Amino acid sequence: MSKPDYLLFDRNTKAIFWNLNRNAIQRMLDYDYVVGREPSVTAIVAPTTGRKFEKFFYGTKEIMIPLYKSTTDAAKDFPEADVLLNFASFRTAYNVTMEALEIPTIRTIAITAEGIPERFARIMRVKAKELGKWIIGPATVGGIAPGAFRIANTGGTIENIINSKLHRPGSVGLVTRSGGLFNELSNVIARNADGLAEGIAIGGDRYPGTDFLDHMLRYEKNPQVKFMVLLGEVGGELEYRVAEAIKDGRITKPVIAWCIGTISKYFGGEVQFGHAGAKAGAERETADAKNAALKEAGAHVPKSFNELPELINGVYEELKAEGKIPEIKEPEVPPIPADYAKLLKEGKVRKPTNFICTISDDRGEEATYCGVPISQVVERGYSIADVIGLLWFKKKFPEWSSKFIDMVIKIVADHGPAVSGAHNTKVTARAGKDLMSSIVTGILTIGPRFGGAIDGAAKYFKMAKEKGMSPDEFVAYMKNVEKIPIPGIGHRIKSTKNPDKRVELLKEFAKNNFPKTELLDYALEVEKLTTSKKENLILNVDGTIGVLLVDMFKELGYSDKEIDELINAGAFNAFFVLGRTIGFIGHYLDEKRLDMPLYRHPWDDILYDVKCDVE
Amino acid sequence: MAQRGIREYDGKRILAQNWEEYFNGDFEYDFKSILITPETDLDKIPEQYPWVKETPLVAKPDMLFGKRGKLGLIFFKKEKPGDVTWEDAKEWIKQKMSEEVEINGVKGKLTHFLVEPFVPHKPEEEYYVAMTTGEDEDIIYMSAFGGIEVEENWDKVVEVKIPITASDEEIKKLIEENVPAEIKDKEKFADFVYRLYKLFRDLHFTYLEINPLVMVGNKVYPLDFVGRVDDTAQFVVGKKWGELEFPAGFGGELSPEEKYIKEMDEKSGASLKLTILNPKGRIWTLVAGGGASVVYADTVADLGAVKELANYGEYSGNPSRAETREYVKTVFDLMTREKHPAGPKILIIGGAIANFTDVAKTFEGIIDAMKEYADKLREVGVKIYVRRGGPNYEIGLKKIKEAAEELGIPIEVYGPETHMTEIVRKALEENKVVA
Repeated sequence: MSKPDYLLFDRNTKAIFWNLNRNAIQRMLDYDYVVGREPSVTAIVAPTTGRKFEKFFYGTKEIMIPLYKSTTDAAKDFPEADVLLNFASFRTAYNVTMEALEIPTIRTIAITAEGIPERFARIMRVKAKELGKWIIGPATVGGIAPGAFRIANTGGTIENIINSKLHRPGSVGLVTRSGGLFNELSNVIARNADGLAEGIAIGGDRYPGTDFLDHMLRYEKNPQVKFMVLLGEVGGELEYRVAEAIKDGRITKPVIAWCIGTISKYFGGEVQFGHAGAKAGAERETADAKNAALKEAGAHVPKSFNELPELINGVYEELKAEGKIPEIKEPEVPPIPADYAKLLKEGKVRKPTNFICTISDDRGEEATYCGVPISQVVERGYSIADVIGLLWFKKKFPEWSSKFIDMVIKIVADHGPAVSGAHNTKVTARAGKDLMSSIVTGILTIGPRFGGAIDGAAKYFKMAKEKGMSPDEFVAYMKNVEKIPIPGIGHRIKSTKNPDKRVELLKEFAKNNFPKTELLDYALEVEKLTTSKKENLILNVDGTIGVLLVDMFKELGYSDKEIDELINAGAFNAFFVLGRTIGFIGHYLDEKRLDMPLYRHPWDDILYDVKCDVE
Repeated sequence: MAQRGIREYDGKRILAQNWEEYFNGDFEYDFKSILITPETDLDKIPEQYPWVKETPLVAKPDMLFGKRGKLGLIFFKKEKPGDVTWEDAKEWIKQKMSEEVEINGVKGKLTHFLVEPFVPHKPEEEYYVAMTTGEDEDIIYMSAFGGIEVEENWDKVVEVKIPITASDEEIKKLIEENVPAEIKDKEKFADFVYRLYKLFRDLHFTYLEINPLVMVGNKVYPLDFVGRVDDTAQFVVGKKWGELEFPAGFGGELSPEEKYIKEMDEKSGASLKLTILNPKGRIWTLVAGGGASVVYADTVADLGAVKELANYGEYSGNPSRAETREYVKTVFDLMTREKHPAGPKILIIGGAIANFTDVAKTFEGIIDAMKEYADKLREVGVKIYVRRGGPNYEIGLKKIKEAAEELGIPIEVYGPETHMTEIVRKALEENKVVA
């Protein structure tokens, strides 16, 4: 939709925002919502972001704004956007501007970065003038067209925007240099007149892309603007251009002007007041000289900043009395929904949680394991077994159980390449799959037939002892009622004559270190019975671990019921899963090292017996 | 920041370091300059720079101020030009470093000197070239009459405006067409100026003056060099500048308090500035924001109390509570050193309406400092006037009022409904600083 040349922004203005500045963009959308226009930011340019869009609020609703890698691409999709809000850093802002100047659909560029080299600022300025485009800045908050369009953060919080009547057009055209006093002036003008028709902060640098006069000439043509306020600054000569324009009749509307920095005459060049650009190089550049020139040209110039409100009020009342300023009907303002995060911080809102965590906490300075900061876990010399204690059982293991768990993990870590889990891992790795896929195929074989004996032994031996079964009764029960071999009993090679060294070590450790080993003792009674029938029906390594874990948890204060819950939850099996994963990773890495090709099982190793009921 | 003066030494060093790229064998520059500072071990100089023993020398201060010739601060002769040896130069520098001098009404000590070979030449070999920046163009000044009398001969200086977007061909043509008639080898001079301008432009100089410039054949002697660069271009041409220092002007030494705040400012992401104008003054300011701080200082002066204005400064850019506390404590320390004969001191805690800064939060740092200095503030007698707006200003004003009252320090607080500088008028009138 076309708008008169003297307007840079209207209620239909669409902007491309360069840089994913979430807060600034959300503030623009909040403003759009308050003034009842559709969202003003159509696209965001964020070259380093991989995402395709970003979510923002418009009132209570969420909307998606697309992300682009370059301004050119964004402008291609949104030719109706004629404003670029260049929020790039001082390092890139120049290149971003130069690119945007070449894009025909972009007419206005606001540059926020401070510290852009002067030569770059001058080139941008000249280029823009040649092309008939508008640059606001660098080093500026931007500006605002009340009721129509807000550049990023201009005007501050929504509360301030409403207090300073920046949500609907008034009669005053404001120009300032930096953004710091922009809010203050908006407030003064809202209190002493009827608010801004438009306000632009041209920026604090020595070479702004457009200056006071450029905008005041627009205000002169804009019928909404009835008078203007100029807040200049010591340094530079831009204010003289305004004085000239008042004198030669290019500006006919009343102008109220004040240049800050009158203090500098008392301290000469020795003291730097305000920013570095604000330094008078010559008598002509002093605030006093410029105030005098503006006054001489016919502007209303107060005696000091303190008299500015009265002067604004005086001109306003005069124009109103002449019937030049109509009464404004204040629009109704919809409430802006507060952000949940903000309300939560203020303690004004609550909601039920969806998850509970009782083992670790990452919210503070440092994450903790069951209340112990990770650095202390290291400093106190905790072992892996101690960490397992904290995270699995919310306990600091005593030394004996910590050492026992450590032994268990070591013992179950691997059992050669032929067992189902390791085999699967190797086959998957040879199929070219990644670490995760390969070890998962191994882990998935862990269950009742592979690695499950620890759980089983713990469960059945514990049950038998609790029920007071004698070893005889237990063996008979397993055979007649459960109809399965006793889990944890029996070994392929090992026997009473050829004992399993691992089992011997575990038993020895438990005898020497556990306060009590009741279930182990019971299991050994059972073993006596089974080995009397067949030599290799020994209590094997899985069985030993299973019963000793029961003994361990008992001594750690768990009740029988609690231990059953642990077993049912898979906590015993977890020791095997954790330990054996070390082995699986080893087999995976081994395959990668060897770079073996895809495995294909040989035909002669498969009995083919295909007889199907198909015609 | 922006345009910053650099030492003559650094200017010449930058020329020398980039000579090959810009002057490419067509001109020769034998860079022989030594920067002497109070840390320099003068006895080691002949070892490091053997040529000081082989050639007559010139010594002069290198501290950004000009007119050194007219101030008698260029040491190039004892009896006749060109008879200064290293031993003479050394003694002269030692002597000058030890005495206080007055330059343009500012007293101070000379600390930095430049030592170079003395270059004998005829006055007619002294050219002038300078470059500066305008708004939409750069300006080159050229003259066949260089030397200390250049200002008296300003009508002989030719001024060429180079549009900022001019192409190399255009620049060359503009310079060639405007070389002053009095210059002997116009082609060579134009070529030199063209190359120097390219260096000026590429290296983000904002001012460059060589006066006199002596050219003998293709040998170039920049006898004096004044330069300013745009320090924001550090990220573009920092490498070509090399290690570049931006010294404060002569006599611009800071008080310990100002230095402390400056160091804090350099370490912080926030902006903290402090200048002591009159330590015995009655009016002290703590103002948030660069623009507002100027306006408060203006208003004190415009209402006729500039003689009592003790400090100028600002804090902005979201300083932390601890930073604010340290900043305020520094001001409190200064203002509680002695009583003011006319009555209580006045503390203006001012600021515009903040955009997003949490006013209540920044006031916490002020309150912390107030508590620490409560005894001293009461003893000296201080009346506080506060004006601020922005997020949470109501809470901030309430807290600071309660804190001051609890500590027995008189205070008045105002929000955005009161004009920003109205507290200055109130303070000055209520305490009869002005009639």
